[in-house]
Parts: sequence; C-alpha cells; structure tokens
Amino acid sequence: MEPKEHYLNVNYGIRSWLLTTDHKRIALLYMMSITLMFFIGGAFATMIRLELMTPAGDLVTSDTYNKLFTMHGIVMVFFFLIPSVPAVIGNFLVPLMIGAKDLAFPKVNLLSWYLYTTGAIITLYNIIIGGVDTGWTFYPPFSSNYSNTYVVGAIVGIFVAGFSSILTGLNFVVTIHSMRAPGMQWRKLPLFLWSNYAAAVIMLLGTPVVAITLLLVAIERAFHIGIFDPNLGGDPVLFQHMFWFYSHPAVYIMILPGMGVISEVVACFSRKRVFGYSFVAAASIAIAVYGFLVWGHHMFVAGISVYSALIFSILSYLVAIPSAIKVFNWTATMYRGAISYKTPMLYAFGFIGLFTMGGLTGLFVAALGVDVHVTDTYFVVAHFHYIMVGGMVMAYIGGLHFWWPKMTGRMYPEAWAKLSALIIFLGFNLTFFPQFLLGYLGMPRRYHAYAPEFQVLNVMSSAGASILAVGYVLPLIYLLWSLRYGKIAGPNPWGATGLEWQTTSPPPTHNFEETPIVTEEPYAYDKFPEVEIVA
Amino acid sequence: MSHSEITTPTSHLQAHFQTMEQQRETSVVGMWTFLATEVMFFGGLFIAYMVYRLAHYAAFAAASKELNVTIGAINTAVLIASSLTMAMSVHEAQEGRRKLVIIFVILTLIFGLTFLGLKGYEWYDHISKHEAPGPSFHIEPDKVRGDARSMELFFGFYFVMTGLHALHMIIGVGLVSWVLYQAWRREISAHYHNPVESVGLYWHFVDIIWIYLFPLLYLVDRHP
Repeated sequence: MEPKEHYLNVNYGIRSWLLTTDHKRIALLYMMSITLMFFIGGAFATMIRLELMTPAGDLVTSDTYNKLFTMHGIVMVFFFLIPSVPAVIGNFLVPLMIGAKDLAFPKVNLLSWYLYTTGAIITLYNIIIGGVDTGWTFYPPFSSNYSNTYVVGAIVGIFVAGFSSILTGLNFVVTIHSMRAPGMQWRKLPLFLWSNYAAAVIMLLGTPVVAITLLLVAIERAFHIGIFDPNLGGDPVLFQHMFWFYSHPAVYIMILPGMGVISEVVACFSRKRVFGYSFVAAASIAIAVYGFLVWGHHMFVAGISVYSALIFSILSYLVAIPSAIKVFNWTATMYRGAISYKTPMLYAFGFIGLFTMGGLTGLFVAALGVDVHVTDTYFVVAHFHYIMVGGMVMAYIGGLHFWWPKMTGRMYPEAWAKLSALIIFLGFNLTFFPQFLLGYLGMPRRYHAYAPEFQVLNVMSSAGASILAVGYVLPLIYLLWSLRYGKIAGPNPWGATGLEWQTTSPPPTHNFEETPIVTEEPYAYDKFPEVEIVA
Repeated sequence: MSHSEITTPTSHLQAHFQTMEQQRETSVVGMWTFLATEVMFFGGLFIAYMVYRLAHYAAFAAASKELNVTIGAINTAVLIASSLTMAMSVHEAQEGRRKLVIIFVILTLIFGLTFLGLKGYEWYDHISKHEAPGPSFHIEPDKVRGDARSMELFFGFYFVMTGLHALHMIIGVGLVSWVLYQAWRREISAHYHNPVESVGLYWHFVDIIWIYLFPLLYLVDRHP
C-alpha cells in the first residue's frame, strides 16, 4: 500500500533535512520545534498554576512569578500559536491543496525556519540567564527604563522570529496567487487556503509594525531616547497603539488558520458541501480587515478619548459578524449530514463550542462599561484562553490528526486519540471556566498572591490544568508510536475531497506524479455519498 | 564555445515552476509583497515621528534647522539619479544588452555609495557636535526652542530613521553588486532577467523612503 519512494525516504541523513527545500520536510522541522516550545511554555504555565494553588505567594517570589507569566506568554504567543497551523499544517498543505510542486520560494521557506529557530534560541538563552518580567506586551516605561531583566535580548529573539512569520506569510500569498494548478480558480480554493491567505496578509502587514515598535523600545532602553518614557518626553500610550496595531490582528493570525482546519474537517466528516462556501471564504477576509481596525479596545482604560473608545467598541462588535457566519455555517454544514465521530471531528466540535464561548465573552469585554469592570482580571485571561487554547490549539491538534495519515502514511490509534480529545476538552473547561468566575468576582491577573475567598476556584483551575497536561502528553506518545506501529493509511483514508488526498501518502517529493487539472468544485462530497471511510 | 549556448531559456527555470513566465511573475509578485511589509515597517516609524512632530513642533523645527539641508538636497538628487540608472539597467536587461546593463549597474552603485558617504559625513558631523542623543548631548542654549529634551528626541528619530534607511541602502548596494556579478557572468539575458527586475524594485523603494524622509526631517518649517 505504501509507495516505495516518498518525501520521507527519498534521502537520509541530517544534511538532507537541515538543507532541505521541500515544504513537507520544512513543515516537519517546524512541527518538532514548535512542539518543543509548546511544552516549554506549558512548563511555565504549570509553575503558575502550582503557585496559585494557595492564596499566599509561597512557592515562588513575586519577581519569579512575573517572569513565569511573561515567558509563558512570549513562548506561547510568538513561538507556538503564531507559527502553529500556518507553519506546520499550512506549510505542508498549501502547495498540495493547489496542485503545486512546492511553495513559490522554497529557499525562503527554509530560511524562515532558521530565523524561527534562531529567534527561539535567543529567547530561550535570555530565559536561562535570567528571564524577562515585563509581560509579553512589553509596556514601557517599565520595559524600557525600569525592568532589571533581559528585555533587549527577548526583544531581539522576537524580532528575528517575526521575520520568519513575515516570510511564511509572503510565501503563502505569492504561492496562492501564482502557483495554482490549471482549473484551480479562486472560488474553487479550499477554505483552509482562504483562511491561511487571510492570516498571511495579517502577518505581512502587521508583523513589521510590531518589529519597529519593539525595536524602538530596545533603542529607548539602550540609548535613553525618550520615545515612550514620559520622563524622557515620550508617550507610553503611543507604544500601546503601535503594539496593539499588530498584536490585535495577531490574535486573528492565531485563529484564522484554525478556522480553516475546522472547515475542512467538518465538511469531510459530515459528507456534505460546506454550507455557504463563499460566505465562509469572505468571512476570513472580513476578519482580517476588521482585525486591523479594533486595536483600541485593548486601551479602554489607558486614557484614550471617549469618542475613539466608542468607535473601537462598535468596530469590535462588528468582528462578531464574520465570526458568527463561520460558526453558523459549520453548524448548517453538519445539519442532516452523515456525521462520523472520528477524532478530528471531536476536536472540531470542541473548537466550535469553545470558540463560541470565547467569542461571546469577547463581546462582553468589547462593551466599554463591562470592560472597565473586568479589564486586567482573570475574566480577560479566560476569554483569550478560550480562543487561543480552546480554539487554536484544538484546531491544531485536530488538524494534525486529520492530516497525520497524509504526513506520515500511518494511522494514529483511534481509541487513544478519542480518549485524549475528551481529556483535553474536560481539562480545558475545568481549567479556564473557573477563571471567568474569578475575573468577574474581581481577581486581578498577574499577581502571585490573592484573597483567600478565591482559593476554591483557583484549585479547580489548577486541577484542570493537570488533567489538560495529561491530554497533551498522550498525543505526543501515541503519535510517535504510530510512526512505527500505526496502520498503513493509504492515499485517502477519510474518503475526502481535495487535491492533497489524490496523491500517495506520504506524497512524493514533488507532490504529484503529474500536475492535476481541477474540474470539480471543492467539497463535492454529495457526488461520492457511498465512499466508505476506511480508517 | 560560447556562453550563450549554455544559458538556454529554460536553464534558469526552477523545478517547481511550469514556465519561465510563471517564474518571472512569481518573483515580481514576491518582491512587491515584500515591499508592502517594508511600507508597514517604515510606516510605523513615520507615525511615531509625526506624533512627536505635532506634539513638540517648536523644538522639532529648531532641531531640524541644525541639519545640513545642502547635503540632504544633494543626496536627494543623487538618489533620484541612481533610480534613473537602475531603471535604465532593467530596461537594458529586458533588451538583452549586457554591456549597457553593466554600465548602468556600476553607475547605480557609484550613486548609492556617494549617498552613503555623504550620509556618513553628516552623522560624523552631528556626533562631533554632540548632537547625538545620550549623556553627551548638548545644544547651545540660544538655539533651544521648546525644550532641549524634545530636540534630543528629534535627533533620536533622525538617527533611527536615517540609520534604518542607510541599512536598507547598504543591503541594496550588496544586492546591486550581486546583479553586477550575475551580469558579468552572462547569467542575465533577454530571457532571464528576474534578478535585475526584483533588485530594481527594491532599489526604487529605498529611494522613495528617502523622498519622504528628506522633507519630514530636513524641511520642518524651512519656508523663508
């Protein structure tokens, strides 16, 4: 069943991997790096949850605690969430899905992995020699003139990794524009590509702004030029404007590619066309565009004018429209579909539910009055973890399971996978739902000690985190196990449409024996109602 | 044996492209996309500068008068001339006239290095007059408008903005030298001239940044 020669065995040795320009191998390099970073970031989260078991700040000092949540944020945001789906699953699938042999600039793609790795090593080095305590947001003047930690080093690491993100975005945009196979018109593009395209546009237009912003912080810190420090004549609110101009759209870099995964999975396991294809595609673009217009909602208590706050609030509400279009259309896709409850579909269910909760609580914090009440509390922490972890991490792990047979040629063990999906869902909710309550009751974020009446909810949250950890370690074990012992998958174990399933698993280095010609609409599942899901 | 036989039209076609035309289009779209990111990079810097230019107008206008507008104007002319020679070399590359490509590329390099030399002299001049921000910053009390700290901020932006522009110029000189090497080795022909075109786009972009930097920094309240 397995092809004799494919991209994994075409040649061997460390050089054949470190100097590869094959987008599929680079995707695997990225997968290994971000998995490592995920568990490092998770280790910081573990320390945070251990400290918060008791109201007294007794496990770590407040300085260490500041470093822990800062480094958790930096590692998870810049080194896991942003590259996760695009750089791993997207890297693997973008050329396959459009019937191309590779991304437009294969060497640039490899360079992006090296930049990512360099940035990660610089950041980890600064963590080891002492860490950073500014929060992942680097607000000046604390970050520029008061913090006694390794701020510049961390900024350099993020700056370098930022270029890897820009280069990935550039490759995706150019590839989708000019490398499509004959017949692959824009309205036949799989929705995974629409959402990755939208995310790539944000990477291209947002990342340079945060690059220059962080560079200015580093310059202020090194040369004491008063760009953001009011003592030196600067304006700290300007920093917040420039930082969130990237970092709010960055939230959509972290969720849009995940939405693409869900569209593919839901259609496949409902055996139906995606309901309202063009609306789901347009919603991705709309989210990317709106995303650039709402940064001010991070600054409602930072002293911005009432009128601009009002406008930012209204615009933030508007983001709910394209997001809701997606959720409703996924639901409508499932309606009267032939649903099979495979692991990727379980993750899709989890995504839809948790993303909806994260999105709805996003409307709470977009409302000016409510935001003043819950700003800088655990309510906000819970809200964005429902999007980032409940949304994106679910989509990433679900997507890994869905395309694992394509990437490796092997099936994962279904029973174990279902079990761990369930554990992750339960652990996640136990971890983060209490945080909504804590925040609403007024527990501020970023303190290592808290009032004793919050202890029960905090213990629940920490207990949930330990369950969540089990759920994350299990896939690591059984996916590695499946590389050797998994069932041979065959080219299309899910009976899915899409060009990536028309080639062998694993695919040959140049993806297709001959360039495919696209005649079919995407998601033409109704034309193959009888296809049996082999796996 | 002639070199031109080896460089047949398809020899520059990378394996993952179908046609030369697709490859050329891809590299041009790639460079434009990259330049879009550069616009956002400098855009963030320009926004920050404009905010403080409005907030501390008197100080910025006074500090701006300390800049050498003559050298700035000469440098503007030099860069516009370099854009012309770069555009000519792209045109000649499309026509496949190798010698003219080499001549125009060398002229572009000369203009680019002239710009960097003059810029370096300006920096040297400002630093030796203690106008670089930092502990040794000093400005004559009778020249101070607004407050001295805001004038220091102006010079901070001056060094950051012209410094980042100069860094892009240095990269540009490196890229143009690489084009020169390619043309020298007869790698560039009427069939394959992607490097000249892409580097040309980059070069024009860096020029345009300067076209904005010059009035922003040198011509604050310059009218007589």
